[in-house]
Amino acid sequence: MNKDDVAIQVKQAVKRYGTFTALKEISLTIHDNEFFTLLGPSGCGKTTLLRMIAGFEDVTEGSIQLFGQEIESLPPNKRPVNTVFQNYALFPHMTILENVGFGLEMKGTSKSEAQAKAMEMLELVQLSQFAKRKPSQLSGGQQQRVALARALAPQPKVLLLDEPLSALDLKLRKAMQLELKHLQRETGITFIFVTHDQEEALTMSDRIAVMSAGELQQLGSPREIYETPKNRFVADFIGETNLLEVTVDTIANDRATCHLGGGHQLTCNAVDGIGVGANVHMSLRPERLFISDTATESESLSGTVVENIFAGTDITTIVDLAEGPRVTVRTSNSDRGNKRIFEAGSQVFVNMEHGAARLMAN
Amino acid sequence: MFKSSQTHDVRSYLGFKTVTILCLIILYTPLLVVTVYSFNASKSITVWEGFSLRWYADVFVGPESAKFKLAAWNSFVIAIIAATVSTVIATLAATGMIRAGKFKLRPLSFGLISLPIMVPEIVLAVATLIFFNSIGFQRGFATIILAHITFCIPFAYLPISARMQGIENTFEEAALDLYASKKLAFSRILLPLMGPGIISGFLLAFIVSLDDFIITNFVKGAGVETLPTAIFGAVKQGIKPNIMAISTMLLMVSVVMVTISYFISKSDKTN
Repeated sequence: MNKDDVAIQVKQAVKRYGTFTALKEISLTIHDNEFFTLLGPSGCGKTTLLRMIAGFEDVTEGSIQLFGQEIESLPPNKRPVNTVFQNYALFPHMTILENVGFGLEMKGTSKSEAQAKAMEMLELVQLSQFAKRKPSQLSGGQQQRVALARALAPQPKVLLLDEPLSALDLKLRKAMQLELKHLQRETGITFIFVTHDQEEALTMSDRIAVMSAGELQQLGSPREIYETPKNRFVADFIGETNLLEVTVDTIANDRATCHLGGGHQLTCNAVDGIGVGANVHMSLRPERLFISDTATESESLSGTVVENIFAGTDITTIVDLAEGPRVTVRTSNSDRGNKRIFEAGSQVFVNMEHGAARLMAN
Repeated sequence: MFKSSQTHDVRSYLGFKTVTILCLIILYTPLLVVTVYSFNASKSITVWEGFSLRWYADVFVGPESAKFKLAAWNSFVIAIIAATVSTVIATLAATGMIRAGKFKLRPLSFGLISLPIMVPEIVLAVATLIFFNSIGFQRGFATIILAHITFCIPFAYLPISARMQGIENTFEEAALDLYASKKLAFSRILLPLMGPGIISGFLLAFIVSLDDFIITNFVKGAGVETLPTAIFGAVKQGIKPNIMAISTMLLMVSVVMVTISYFISKSDKTN
């Protein structure tokens, strides 16, 4: 298995339900051995795409290839992919061991061999002591791991995960995120992970496809989509950001000078396709801004502190720009030694480094 | 979900206790009287003369015992065949109705399956009789079985389809995803999950068939008797205490069935 090999190729796939179009011409390539995430709000079509790969939904137009092979004509039981379902879908009338061994048994492995392999899988997820129990006797987190073991036992080429962590509490979810990531590295199986949780996607993925309203918005590494969001939707959906309406005044030397409400001016990198006079949005990540009582950087906005919100690891400061919009600034608590916290009502400057502000087309 | 709120607890309503007790008395007094008097030593059905099992003995070895034994045998054979066949049909119908996706005639199909419950039984009885006559079918044991299978289907269908509706699609999808064929996904996953519903459906169909009188009386051939028609025939010549003994035993059969059904649904941990 090699990362350069193509595991799944989706070519202009369209899915329509009657007159409703759930997926509008999606094309993407998923590499072998990759942790690939489909990220988007509910109703964006991410689960539909996953179900099309699994074989539960047919493709209205376009094609899906698995390791170079067209799979549309194959029913789900003939596709070398397995799914971890959102509600786990463990068979309630079977023991944990029977559940995990089911796929192997259906593939034609003898019952004793299937059970031996199932036991190995249970050891991998540290649940071998529960082999004889029924699913209802296990906690949510344990059921989740059984579902994972069951889907991995037949050694699929691709593992599909449909929001598998959404039912778990925060602590367990964080632990499972790491466990999943390790499991993916150990097994070398391609994982396609569906989630609406951007933080989860950023933590776990090699690459992320951000989707909205049935369309692919951006495809890239977590760093790429976080630091260079292609459009307003991605900037807003991934992480937190200040989206300010701006008008481009001049462009020179690849730098665009813009103004926003209240006469504030900012310069940032020019973007192809956004010319002088364009009314567009500017994204300012709160953690890339900092507050001081003087304009310390070349890019600076003046305003008044409205409120400081303490949130454990960091402090969020809300600043009203003079006669302009409101911006959020985040200061890490570990930085407090060299950064002052200004009381509400203080006149301050919101400073940013060169390149912190990004222009984006609507 | 059951939400107990103090202001809307029915137990706080005026006369709740009285009405409840009254209803229970009206429902169960006749059954209680029949059961108690089935142990009466007297020949009279209203005068108590002490405890005795003579009428139970009379049912099994008395002058009418041959008639009742044959009728009981017929009833049980008919009920078992009718319940089995109608349960199989109802299971397939429920699978088709609920698992085959949405189809145009689904509401109509559902109506057609459950209609016989709404139709007055006498209408069904007459219709069935006319049908058998018009196709020249000799009335006898077979006509009773066919008629019972037919009217038992909706009774078997209701608990089965209710159960099936509670089974999420993902179980079947998970089975298919794990390389099971459609057939295996049905036999290994769906069928066991439907089990409690199928057993309830069977028991309900069995009871309905066992105590059916109207349709049976119309379609039975001369000389073929089931327990209800035999009892009716005997009662026409005056009620004897042995009828009470038979009724009490039938009541016991029902109680056993309901108990089985209760324990099956209770031991079912699949939900």
